Amino acid sequence: MVVFSSHENKEFLVEKILKSYSNIFDKANADRLSQIKRDKVKHAVVYVGMGTCGMIAGAGKTYAAIEKYLQDNQVDAEIVKVGCVGLCSVEPLIDVQLPGKARVSFHHATEDKVESLLNSVFHHLVVGETVLGQYQHAGHEDWPGIPGIDQLPFFAKQHRNILRNSGIISPYSIDDYIAFGGYKSLYKTVLNYTADKVCEIVDQSELRGRGGGGFPTGKKWALALGTGSDQKYLVCNADESDPGAFMNRAIIEGDPHRVVEGIAIAAYAIGANNAYIYVRSDYGQSLLILTSALNQAKEYGFVGENIFGSGFNLNIHIRQGAGAFVCGEETALIASLEGKRGIPQSKPPYPAEKGLFGHPTVVNNIETLANIPAILENGPSWFKSIGTRQSHGTKIFSIAGKAQQTGFIEIPMGITISEIVYAIAGGVKDNKKLKAVQFGGPSGVCIPVQDLDTSIGYESLQQIGSSIGLGGIIILDEETCMVNLSKYFLEFLQKESCGKCIPCREGTRRMLQILEEITRRPREESTHETLERFKGVMELENLAEVIRDTSLCGLGRNAPNPVLSSLKWFREEYEEHIFDRKCKAGVCHDLRTFYIDVENCNGCNVCQKKCPENAIIGAIKLPHFIVESKCTGCGICFDSCKFNAIYFK
Amino acid sequence: MQFNIEINEQQVSAKRGETIKNVLDRIGIHVPTLCYLNGFSPTGGCRMCVVEIEGVSELVPSCSHLVTEWMKIKTHSPRVLKARKVLVELLLASHPDDCLYCERSRNCGLQDLADEMNIRERKYHGKRQLVQIDKACTSIVRDPAKCVLCGRCIRVCDEIIGVYAIDVVGRGSESRIGTSYNKGLNMQTCVKCGQCIMVCPTGALSEKSSFQVVLDALNNPELFPVIQFSPTIPASVAEEFNIKASKDILNLLRAALKKMGFNQVFDSSMAADLTIMEEAAEFIERYNKQVNLPMFTSCCPAWVRYVEETKPQLIKNLSTTCSPQQMMGRLIKNYITSSASQKPENVFVVSVMPCTAKKHEATTDRMKDGTSFNVDAVITTRELVKMIRMLGIDFNSLEPESNDTAFSMRSSSGNLFGISGGHLEGLMRTIHFMMTGQEMSTLKISELRGLKNKKEARIKAGKNILNVMAVNGLAHVNAVIDDIEANRTDCQIIEVMACPFGCINGGGQSLGSDEKNLKTRMKSLYDVDDEEMIKVAHKNPIITDLYEKFLAKPGSGHNKELLHLSRIIPETK
Repeated sequence: MVVFSSHENKEFLVEKILKSYSNIFDKANADRLSQIKRDKVKHAVVYVGMGTCGMIAGAGKTYAAIEKYLQDNQVDAEIVKVGCVGLCSVEPLIDVQLPGKARVSFHHATEDKVESLLNSVFHHLVVGETVLGQYQHAGHEDWPGIPGIDQLPFFAKQHRNILRNSGIISPYSIDDYIAFGGYKSLYKTVLNYTADKVCEIVDQSELRGRGGGGFPTGKKWALALGTGSDQKYLVCNADESDPGAFMNRAIIEGDPHRVVEGIAIAAYAIGANNAYIYVRSDYGQSLLILTSALNQAKEYGFVGENIFGSGFNLNIHIRQGAGAFVCGEETALIASLEGKRGIPQSKPPYPAEKGLFGHPTVVNNIETLANIPAILENGPSWFKSIGTRQSHGTKIFSIAGKAQQTGFIEIPMGITISEIVYAIAGGVKDNKKLKAVQFGGPSGVCIPVQDLDTSIGYESLQQIGSSIGLGGIIILDEETCMVNLSKYFLEFLQKESCGKCIPCREGTRRMLQILEEITRRPREESTHETLERFKGVMELENLAEVIRDTSLCGLGRNAPNPVLSSLKWFREEYEEHIFDRKCKAGVCHDLRTFYIDVENCNGCNVCQKKCPENAIIGAIKLPHFIVESKCTGCGICFDSCKFNAIYFK
Repeated sequence: MQFNIEINEQQVSAKRGETIKNVLDRIGIHVPTLCYLNGFSPTGGCRMCVVEIEGVSELVPSCSHLVTEWMKIKTHSPRVLKARKVLVELLLASHPDDCLYCERSRNCGLQDLADEMNIRERKYHGKRQLVQIDKACTSIVRDPAKCVLCGRCIRVCDEIIGVYAIDVVGRGSESRIGTSYNKGLNMQTCVKCGQCIMVCPTGALSEKSSFQVVLDALNNPELFPVIQFSPTIPASVAEEFNIKASKDILNLLRAALKKMGFNQVFDSSMAADLTIMEEAAEFIERYNKQVNLPMFTSCCPAWVRYVEETKPQLIKNLSTTCSPQQMMGRLIKNYITSSASQKPENVFVVSVMPCTAKKHEATTDRMKDGTSFNVDAVITTRELVKMIRMLGIDFNSLEPESNDTAFSMRSSSGNLFGISGGHLEGLMRTIHFMMTGQEMSTLKISELRGLKNKKEARIKAGKNILNVMAVNGLAHVNAVIDDIEANRTDCQIIEVMACPFGCINGGGQSLGSDEKNLKTRMKSLYDVDDEEMIKVAHKNPIITDLYEKFLAKPGSGHNKELLHLSRIIPETK
């Protein structure tokens, strides 16, 4: 559903607020603005988190239930769809704001809970386990006994700059964004700064690419600006395809206009009149929101011809990627935009010199671009004041895996990984022990427990052989098998390899094969096969080194990372798989051997009947036995035993 | 701008804009390549040519990386050699182990690399790809299992031939060179030119062999095998067997073919003379009526197929004259062998062509008289060379054998068909004569010679001024067609040859030919034109004799059925 903003506030917001901030000192203006911002509300407002994570958890049904409730009870209230605040694991989230009272947030607000929840809130009673916290505001009366959102451990250590509006304002409304200070930087930029100046400001801020490469953004822009051409392009890379990463999606779904504004400023800085946003087609919700945002921006004249009367023209086009991991690499992305097969090209020439359709092109990650409006608004020194001496600003991470709280966060550079794991994500789920943190997606590395005190930053992470990557963090507990995990990532990478260069195409396949062989049960293995298996293991590191050395693009060069890093820190686990043919975590099915505990087995015969390999023998009412050589480790007996008599080693 | 770089601890001068490989080639350092193709922009896909640059963390491909001032390069350091070796081992992991039976054994880029890297065991064991061999095409066989995905065939097909018949399909280790909708090559826009075979480093692409068919025919007592050879064959055979240019290669070849068991040996150049006669008459008729101009030549079967498949609006502009191969086949079956009292159905006509598209041409239905094809089997230069070796024929001990059939006399015009522009040159000589009754003052048309892709000439024939053009490399013809469709009317005849430089570089020629080979082949054909007495088709006594005894006047009577084709011209709206 595309909701266009109403026009009644357009002129006020653009002329009085956006173009001249001093108007706010006029009381009538300030009043009207605080109404638009919903600081002062005349009737109740219910906010529903309708990002993709919310929708999956049932926010659509919650929304319908709220609508029904309001209708049935004849309550005069507004429902606002917002993005996600980052706490994806406790969705659906709804917030309720009563006139004069602080906005209060509830988690796990499924449709069945809506009625009782709203009943109590509308009767000024907030109780129950599903209260998350309240947004404290000077003009609002606090709810007693409810913690402020900012004091929650999940939010306390965050520094929300890009995600400032995410989950707070409606992504469908350009008015909301302007009211919260949006498009001011674009206005200031196109009217006051030359392109050179913008590049200079961004360069001074020392903002580095957030897509993984970490190239200084200002330098990239200046290079493109300095390359003479009648046509230049800006490309916003939102082709987020790492498994377990969803930062880009969150930015679009929470605050799409920030992206549009960032793109417009960047295009102005490099002298491009055409910009492309490359979004993966699976992000249906993001595409919808982005399209609606773009239409609104066009309607308001922030995109299109002669922006703010400056003479600067800009067309922004949305292009959908068909879902190839390699298309996140800039040259492959450009090929894909040109309608060709998405395969990377050799660099140099860099896209800033010769890119899309042969013209100078800057490809920036969506998060990099989302940083731009605030840098232009507050100046480079403000940006540099956040973070560490070498790495400035904030970084968005998505937390997945076995964390207590999964979701996405924005933290200032410099806080440690353990702070993220323990303070923000609340540690490991179910009181399990932490084994490692997988950093940077499938081609990232595993960071073992002893390195958790490393701070987040380009240099510091490099020192432990990692990189900031796109920002995916996967938390691994003690039940994770590192060999199996490496196998999973390698399988992903070798499927996603474009097939152009030999090391990546053939090498990752061979590495995967070696891992498959060591996690495979050696049934009736000939001595020759055993020998080949060992030879394969010996080659693993060798092969990884050559793949890293010779691959054409980053996908190939980083493909051995999961294997190399897990081999570095968890070598004994590999050795256990190879020599003892055991998987301690019990994840590698083929290596499990099942046993029957004669004490517990009462001879019910169920396992014997279910075993597909006829590996269980025994008479009824007498303890059974498993013939080890026949057992394939499938685990059907284990699952079917009601007496806990079967265990595996 | 000139500057110094360091290669293997030696100072070398380099220019801005050069790739590392350019410099290495110049100073004679060899780095192995697989996807590199001279004259094409590098893709950097195979990574075989990687070198180590001081200060750069990964190895860089020398074919695409440009030199800069500070560079210190090592081309054969242990790290580089290890990487190259592993890369070849990776390719070999899933490559079929059938070198002994492979078409390209001893002539294979992958085999050479494995040898160069001293690989003596299969280090990685991959599953064999279960892919079907694409045999559906009448000219080219594709065996994707042997493909190393270097992509050279795609680049040639796209950039030189311009028909886009093949491309990479699938991702990662599932990638392979495929056709649209995974149908056979016969269902594609492929024109069967065989240029892809010429650049394939392995046995993934090869011609559809007629080797055994020809051997069987030679040993079948009921058949009367005869052979014709294209004008480019003598020079190519001489190259393969290292025969000196001074030797009478033409008659040595005749002797070899006779020794192989062919009863009669014909030179297709004679039929080319006949093609010229018929085509000249056809052109003059069109020119007088001012219809279907410009006239496109029809001797190149790849070009004819291209027009019929993708430019049907131009079919009417194609000459209706048969190609020399087919004309010769028809003449042999209908006229010549009658004097040897052979029944046409027992005569087995083999032709040796530098071309794979001729294989396709010979099997099309309209090249049939009743049930018998005009040409029964077509072999390429490569197949002929193999056959000569197999039959143990030693050129050193052969005595040249002059032509025994009266039907082998040719003019040098017919012989020129082997080069781009040559067909047109011969044709213009006869058109000039037919239009004016006089020979051209200088028979050599130098504008139509040379290695350019597009050559134009202006020829005065009496009051008429004729503009003619010769194009080679099928991709280059599209610009010409666009011009014509945008109403360019000053061009009367256009000769098109699909392969770059014409049949001397055809898809059936010896593999691994370089520019030097091409120049030698070209020179040998022009030398014949300089040396021979009869330089124009209409002075060839055989041709005049044929027209007196057997044929009607050029372009008329039963010649139309015998020497021309009826093409299906689509209705235009």
